[in-house]
Amino acid sequence: MLETEIKVTPELAAEHGLTAEEYARIQKILGREPNFTELGIFSVMWSEHCSYKSSKVHLRRLPTRGPQVLQGPGENAGVVDIGDGLAAAFKMESHNHPSYVEPFQGAATGVGGILRDIFTMGARPIAVLDSLRFGPISSGASGAKALLNPSDEMSRLKPRPTTPSDFSTGTSATSSSATSGSTHSASFVGRGFSRDISAAQQSAALAPGGVDEETIARNRRILDGVVRGIAHYGNCFGVPTVGGEVQFEPGYSANPLVNVLALGIAKKEDLFFAKARGVGNPVIYVGAKTGRDGIHGASLLASAEFTEESQQKRPNVQVGDPFMEKLLLEACLEAMHTGAIVAIQDMGAAGLTSTSCEMASRGGLGIEIELARVPQREPSMTAYEMMLSESQERMLLVAERGREKEVLKVFAKWGLDAVEIGRVTPDGLLRVLHRAKIVAEIPAHALAEEGPVYQRPLAPPAPVAQERLVEFGAAGANLTENFRALLAAPAIASKRWIWEQYDYMVRTNTLEPPGAGDAAVVRIKGTKRALALASDGNGRWCRLDPFIGAQLAVAEAARNVACSGAKPMAATNCLNFGSPEKPEVMWQFSRAIDGIAEACTALEIPITGGNVSFYNETLGRSIDPTPVLGVLGMIEDASRGLGMAFRAEDDYVLLLDGDTKDWLVLTLGSLGELKMYIPVDRSTDAPSMKREFSSSEYARTIRGIESGAPPTVNLAAEKRLIALLVALASDGKVQSAHDVSDGGLAVTLAESCFASNGLSLRAALTSKEPDEAALFGERGARAIVSVTPENLAAVRRIAAQYEVAVVEVGRVSRGEFRIELNGQTVVSAEVPSLADAWSGALERLLSANDLRKAE
Amino acid sequence: MKFGVVVFPGSNCDHDAWYALGEVLHQPVEFLWHQSEKVNGFDAILLPGGFSYGDYLRTGAIARFSPVMRAVEQFARGGGLVLGICNGFQILCEAGLLPGVLQRNAGMRFVCRQVHVRVETTDTPFTSAAKSGQVLQMPIAHGDGNYFCDEATLAELERHHQIVFRYTTPDGREDAAANPNGSLANIAGICNRERNVMGLMPHPERAVEAALGSADGLVILRSLIESLKRRAAVSA
Repeated sequence: MLETEIKVTPELAAEHGLTAEEYARIQKILGREPNFTELGIFSVMWSEHCSYKSSKVHLRRLPTRGPQVLQGPGENAGVVDIGDGLAAAFKMESHNHPSYVEPFQGAATGVGGILRDIFTMGARPIAVLDSLRFGPISSGASGAKALLNPSDEMSRLKPRPTTPSDFSTGTSATSSSATSGSTHSASFVGRGFSRDISAAQQSAALAPGGVDEETIARNRRILDGVVRGIAHYGNCFGVPTVGGEVQFEPGYSANPLVNVLALGIAKKEDLFFAKARGVGNPVIYVGAKTGRDGIHGASLLASAEFTEESQQKRPNVQVGDPFMEKLLLEACLEAMHTGAIVAIQDMGAAGLTSTSCEMASRGGLGIEIELARVPQREPSMTAYEMMLSESQERMLLVAERGREKEVLKVFAKWGLDAVEIGRVTPDGLLRVLHRAKIVAEIPAHALAEEGPVYQRPLAPPAPVAQERLVEFGAAGANLTENFRALLAAPAIASKRWIWEQYDYMVRTNTLEPPGAGDAAVVRIKGTKRALALASDGNGRWCRLDPFIGAQLAVAEAARNVACSGAKPMAATNCLNFGSPEKPEVMWQFSRAIDGIAEACTALEIPITGGNVSFYNETLGRSIDPTPVLGVLGMIEDASRGLGMAFRAEDDYVLLLDGDTKDWLVLTLGSLGELKMYIPVDRSTDAPSMKREFSSSEYARTIRGIESGAPPTVNLAAEKRLIALLVALASDGKVQSAHDVSDGGLAVTLAESCFASNGLSLRAALTSKEPDEAALFGERGARAIVSVTPENLAAVRRIAAQYEVAVVEVGRVSRGEFRIELNGQTVVSAEVPSLADAWSGALERLLSANDLRKAE
Repeated sequence: MKFGVVVFPGSNCDHDAWYALGEVLHQPVEFLWHQSEKVNGFDAILLPGGFSYGDYLRTGAIARFSPVMRAVEQFARGGGLVLGICNGFQILCEAGLLPGVLQRNAGMRFVCRQVHVRVETTDTPFTSAAKSGQVLQMPIAHGDGNYFCDEATLAELERHHQIVFRYTTPDGREDAAANPNGSLANIAGICNRERNVMGLMPHPERAVEAALGSADGLVILRSLIESLKRRAAVSA
């Protein structure tokens, strides 16, 4: 007889986030009313977070196949073949809402969750990357208020056509900072939530630029908590956090994004899957005890938008213990080697519920468990609580009957609970007993696989009525101070303050540490190979055009990997969007998927897995659509990997541009004939160039403008450039490579100087484009490389074979950093002064303020 | 000659130490489980970095009571060579095998970066192959590396030349900017009076290949190997 302590009604189902249709479906599947525990089980399994009910129909359009793919979407992580009998398991996941409600624990458990996804496959985690998005941490879009003062700006930039509105954000920023009080010393955690929300809303309204001090102070505390949370978990666990990226936009003030990518390595034959086999085999619970933390984390936190009451959901945030996870890692890998384990899955979202019904469903079998045997942190937990708890550092595994002792012995050695709580059954049912009484009995497959699937309505958002575009300054103006301000903008500035808090070296495989190259590079011990990883995504561009924005995310991540000398081989993604119940959000999602699909197909990078995070909105305000792409690449000879740093004085600095149409042939006496490709001239289409530049980091930081359109993307050009970069690296023909992205060519060149040891650059460029577009435009398919004089001709020749244009930028030098454009010096400054603006910016913003009072 | 790398629950630089000694320097090396009560047959014991027992309560405070530490203490009192790196250094201080304590970094944050340390004495089995005053580049990665002891102890350390490494600039100048964690007198590593036990916060085992940023850590590990060979020669 079924236990029915609480009467289940349609109202109760609604409170569990289940619609009337979904509730009817549940009744149909069961052929009766669900009891309270079963209702809870359905509500988490059919939550957006666990069921992908709104995204499924779109995700099917992503390319997931390739000869290198060993495991595509559907398992705990994607797996690719990396040669030498080895496999790489990698996946990206979000922990956005928990990180807003409780930044430290939210981010920490985000790391813990994705690490378990990796080692549950039998792979030892060897690297972690983080893609983070926060609201502004400085008043004004740029950190440099002086620049936003009209008179000041005038005196610097002469002559410069300006409209009064051009400075509106600047002045509002200055005034808001002038009125800054000590209000931000109060902790956002302790204080009423609605006030924070309203401040956040206000900031979004003020976007871009001027944000009130209270919001800025809170954004800084969220950033600080998230970074310390990631550091706490990753450092203690012993996995290097080797890279990632951070962006700051007003839209994230009330909804930061914490996306974590983890990579692991395993011998191919040692891979494990979460598929139950063998009727009668014991089901064993291992790891931490089950507590009341994280109940409904997935269904209530991750699958609903925020309101004033969200602060009350802090108890729904799980609490992580990296030490326990480290023990779990070592114990699981050791237990797997006994050969006595049949299947294993980590208890993440929906805890015991998802692991049991998913393993059963994948194996086409049933699972029966007795909750009384589950190790519990506190007495008298109900079946409902145990099935929905999201306590961390737990695993469920199926062992071979008769060999359970071998498994239990390993966990005992590591001091971990390991208890047989049930068995695999033939009936295809998830049967849950509590003290020998049946408290839930549900067809496992229906629960795991036959959840609702929605074809939600799509509708493009209303077009922006009157968009304000950048007016280009006159040619020949000195742009040095604008350049300096751009370098100090949080989005561009060095992220050292963040990554120095992460142990990025543990396990001694990190060849390219954070900040050294466009991608993180880790070697594979025992082989000649190394893997490169990069993650990218631009919410501003995706808001302006989700299709193009998503393509650019794929292209930049792949380009970054190629700049390290690695051939892109596969990708994972984390799709952060607003409420799927809004047609315009679903339209953004659908367009982004189409963009990713087209770009991944063109660049031959299959998607092996990922995660969808909907409901990223607070009080009805959605975040910018933010698909984040993580691309994995391989360097055949680790010693041929590339960094971004210039290496030697007098080396040639070349701009490689894949966006070419025609070519000409030069006859160079002794060198013979040389075919040269010519970059497409964008200046011929002034209107579109203006719109593209209006979406650039420069436009936002210096002009306070965020409008227009993302740069046009040319996937064929990207593909040519990527192939060329990989070829140049493997032939050892270039000294360094760095792609042109945020901040444009000028920032790219400066970063290669900053990364070097005391080197500088003298550049002489010619361009038909306006000065600012030429220096700070962010069109893709471009990278700069430095080349020794001996290799110059060879590089030009190889580039021609790949139909990529080579533009000579200048020579690596010492002393002043100077850029001449069409014969005029437009940027000139000593490298140390620029480097200080760039490298110290975050530290000045974050160390100065009273973060500690936040706790 | 055989090296033992102790594995506490939560150690996470144990594999790195094993790799540096076994794979890079081709020395016989074995892991020592925290519950082993004997360290017989080992010529040098290495306490690796990490978060032993989660470093709950206080870094190294729980590890100090583990069965293997009783054996390591006997080993050390008998003159055996013991090297503690990062968490290992913290454990040695907690165990009383080295004086002083390691507090939270002055900046209150975990710090991971390449630093420079100056060799203050070559009169230890861990620095015998170094030149006096030689500056080594090695990475640090810790949240609690802020060395502290009382004035009397500091005077003792100075008098008996027990300060083995100090944080300095790349050109060997000792200044506040070069001190990454607020350590007293820029102390990065010390040894005991008998000079057979040394602890340091920087990671020599992470600095054994130029491809990873520095190979200066080899100076320390090679000193250790040479010292063991000399000892073997003497006792033979």
